[in-house]
Amino acid sequence: MKRIFVDEKWCLGCRLCEYNCAYSNSGVVGMSKALKGKKIYPRIRVEEKGDTTFAVSCRHCEDPMCSKSCIAGAITKKDGIVRVDQEKCVGCLTCVLVCPYGAIAPGENGTAQKCELCIGNSNSSGEPACVGGCPNKAIVFEER
Amino acid sequence: MKLEGQVRIPSGCAISAVISKEGRRMTGEKIIESMIPMHDRSNGLGGGFAAYGIYPEYRDYYAFHIFYDDSAAKSECENFLKESFEIVNAEIIPIRKIPEITDVPLIWRYFLDPLKSVLSRRQLDEKEYVARAVTAVNTKINGAYVFSSGKNMGVFKAVGFPEDVGRFYRLEEYEAYSWTAHGRYPTNTPGWWGGAHPFALLDYSIVHNGEISSYDANRRCIEMYGYKCTLQTDTEVITYIADYLLRRQGLTLEETASVIAAPFWSTINGKDETERKTLSYLRTVYPSLLITGPFSIILGFEGGLMALNDRLKLRSMVCAEKDDKVFIGSEEAAIRVMEPNAENIYAPAGGEPVIVKVKEGAF
Amino acid sequence: MSLNYITPEFEIKRNYDRCISCRVCERQCANEAHIYDEDSKIMLADESKCVDCQRCVSLCPTHALKIVKNECAFRENANWQSDTIKEIYKQASSGGVLLSSMGNPKPLPVYWDKMLVNASQVTNPPIDPLREPMETKVFLGKKPSRPERNADGSLKTDLPPQLELSMPVMFSAMSYGSISYNAHESLARAAAELGIYYNTGEGGLHEDFYAYGPNTIVQVASGRFGVHEGYLSAGAAIEIKMGQGAKPGIGGHLPGTKIVGDVSRTRMIPEGSDAISPAPHHDIYSIEDLRQLVYSLKEATQYKKPVIVKVAAVHNIAAIASGIARSGADIIAIDGFRGGTGAAPTRIRDNVGIPIELALAAVDQRLRDEGIRNDVSLVVGGSIRCASDVVKAIALGADACYVATAALLALGCHLCRTCQTGKCNWGIATQRPELVKRLNPNIGRERLVNLMTAWKHEIKELMGGMGINSIETLRGNRLMLRGINMTEKELEILGISHAGE
Repeated sequence: MKRIFVDEKWCLGCRLCEYNCAYSNSGVVGMSKALKGKKIYPRIRVEEKGDTTFAVSCRHCEDPMCSKSCIAGAITKKDGIVRVDQEKCVGCLTCVLVCPYGAIAPGENGTAQKCELCIGNSNSSGEPACVGGCPNKAIVFEER
Repeated sequence: MKLEGQVRIPSGCAISAVISKEGRRMTGEKIIESMIPMHDRSNGLGGGFAAYGIYPEYRDYYAFHIFYDDSAAKSECENFLKESFEIVNAEIIPIRKIPEITDVPLIWRYFLDPLKSVLSRRQLDEKEYVARAVTAVNTKINGAYVFSSGKNMGVFKAVGFPEDVGRFYRLEEYEAYSWTAHGRYPTNTPGWWGGAHPFALLDYSIVHNGEISSYDANRRCIEMYGYKCTLQTDTEVITYIADYLLRRQGLTLEETASVIAAPFWSTINGKDETERKTLSYLRTVYPSLLITGPFSIILGFEGGLMALNDRLKLRSMVCAEKDDKVFIGSEEAAIRVMEPNAENIYAPAGGEPVIVKVKEGAF
Repeated sequence: MSLNYITPEFEIKRNYDRCISCRVCERQCANEAHIYDEDSKIMLADESKCVDCQRCVSLCPTHALKIVKNECAFRENANWQSDTIKEIYKQASSGGVLLSSMGNPKPLPVYWDKMLVNASQVTNPPIDPLREPMETKVFLGKKPSRPERNADGSLKTDLPPQLELSMPVMFSAMSYGSISYNAHESLARAAAELGIYYNTGEGGLHEDFYAYGPNTIVQVASGRFGVHEGYLSAGAAIEIKMGQGAKPGIGGHLPGTKIVGDVSRTRMIPEGSDAISPAPHHDIYSIEDLRQLVYSLKEATQYKKPVIVKVAAVHNIAAIASGIARSGADIIAIDGFRGGTGAAPTRIRDNVGIPIELALAAVDQRLRDEGIRNDVSLVVGGSIRCASDVVKAIALGADACYVATAALLALGCHLCRTCQTGKCNWGIATQRPELVKRLNPNIGRERLVNLMTAWKHEIKELMGGMGINSIETLRGNRLMLRGINMTEKELEILGISHAGE
């Protein structure tokens, strides 16, 4: 299965991925309309320390801790993709605590959200928006 | 309007040839007839023939065929020739007056022997000496044009359809072991006899059908070696290339064919190591003598001929045999006229040289 | 500081309806032209810092940015144009020589654009490169004047050293130091993949790139930086740089600030010291000295590498080239006055040298007149911008072309012409690690390969149209060119006829 990988050697810390992610998941057509004046809740986040920058998003673990720990049964893994059912999530954020990568964060309405590879997002064409929008190919979507 | 040489005139053509491997001599009748079915491949603006073995009594002398515009050019040229050669014989080339051929220049034939004293003083190879004299006449003497300069061979050409040109020159009276013929379809009307083909230097003669796209690359390369392309025709430059590669560089006919119609690199890479090295060497050393664009040529020389197509075979050319004779023509019809029972008719592949040599001692 | 008379050259136009204040522009501008205002939560700009490199424009996710020429205008004056006035202000405030980068931007004639290419109609057929083989392979190097044979009559097939190119284009010299490690890696890997060559420039060869030696031309310039036996042996050919089109007659100066870490080690000079290349080679004050260096380098490499001599196109170029051809060089590279540079004095860049088209035509003809054209190959550079420039150069008589500016453009360069500042936002002309990493060589290599592949297709299309299926028969085939809007003299020098003739 193709997954998102990030190479910190090429990550510039420009944070375009965060904005592309937020836009892709907004469902609104037109980035300005979707994001202007809004605080964004991206599912990929650039971590920075010193000269190193690195975009972090869900690894879609073999045996995901988040799914195991979810008290509402909202996090499931199907076809290799770990998803959060927003209808079921109660916003306890246990998943945020257990995720060893820090890849889950609460969204605008307080429920947990994470990268679901832009599947079904009308703003993204074929590959995750962070991948397509990365100017330096630091984020790639591939089989490994 | 600009004359041939002042402007480059593309043309289409018809070619044919017959050669006896036994060295049996044939009159010009058949080769003239071969051009009749290909009448439409010419347009009456040039025709000509090359014949090998026609001057056995003068075989040791260079036979110069020269067009003169007037007698002034003639005397200037003769004075020039006398400085370098002993003129063994000088005569008007006999012609038949026919209505199809008009505007006839003075056409003279000389049998020449290079002056040994001058030759040794200039420290030149004899052929080089003769070639330089030809170039000198053609570039420096206005109104004189040497159109044939080999030994025991001759070129006959004029403005007109080739079959008329053959009758005009009374070629049925000559006997040659090898004949080549050319009918021309130029896209312009310069009406100058020198522009007709074959084109010859020393005993090399070329008849050619096509318009090569490599012309100026070839010309600018060959002119480095002392040749001067005064006619701006493909045939002229191909003749010089043949002379340069065969005579001056000492390449074989096969090697020469691999230079001017070089195999593609993809083909070369598929050959065994020895051949690959040789072919790569030739392409690397003589890149500017590769000829591209459509051509079919017949290169005549003492004791043989070589027919060659461009490497994409963009011009028709067929070969056939019968007994000791080999026939070549732009069309099979030309061959059938010369020999109705011709055998082994085939079309050589692009870049595949057809080399025919007369038995040693028979020419 | 007294009053600065210079108004910002550019205006940063931000469409606030589109701007989402994502601050990408701010993070990407090494010149710090973009500022985020925390209070108002909007983006502001300091236009005096903008160099119009277009990095922010390219990365802005909402296309909210435009960099335009500042309309603020001096009173119109055909003689005293605004650039001239600004240069005076700059010099009056700094007292220094004006510096510029990349090629001559002045509106001087571009002869490539005044030459038109032929095509076959009726009398011979055009060739379709998609259906028929179309060859672009070129060998650079000295060709023997006469073949020799073995005792059995077969040809002796050994040749003087040759460079084999899959297409008649190479990447010209740009030193490690003037451009970044990642730019070099991109060029080296692309050259290897394409079957062509790139050129180290005079900065030496980084140890990581010895692996690309078979596709590398190593340069020996007047500063002799980074030159040692291993370096000379590592490349496929050695280039002696006598001059550069952008700055004929002067040397080079890489400021100490760029001589850091690997650059210092590769150049074999101390960190932080200025790398100054003298104007002449101090062991070459004449042609006979050049011959000695050519043969020294050949001796050092057992006569296995062709030696290139690179010169700038100057007034007497034909005679100079003839001298070089007789000095033992295998290849002459000529760099025209539009050639690029990492830094050159503006006055020199804009006023010294001649167009490459005229230089090429004159040199090719002179070498032919002297019968020595096959003793050397000719490579030309100095603003070869596209496939048709290549085709025209080959038809004029070049064996191959050098391209650098076009290659840098492929890597992202936007020709802002401020390489000398070392703050290249595209990660090309800089040594700052955070900027260098902006050029991912995986992308750079791919874009260079794409560009050259596209050019190769176009070269083949143009050749096919002319009925030419091998690049050899295009070389020097000036009949394939016609001039337009040129004087008799220009046509005479170029050796071509006017359109319609």
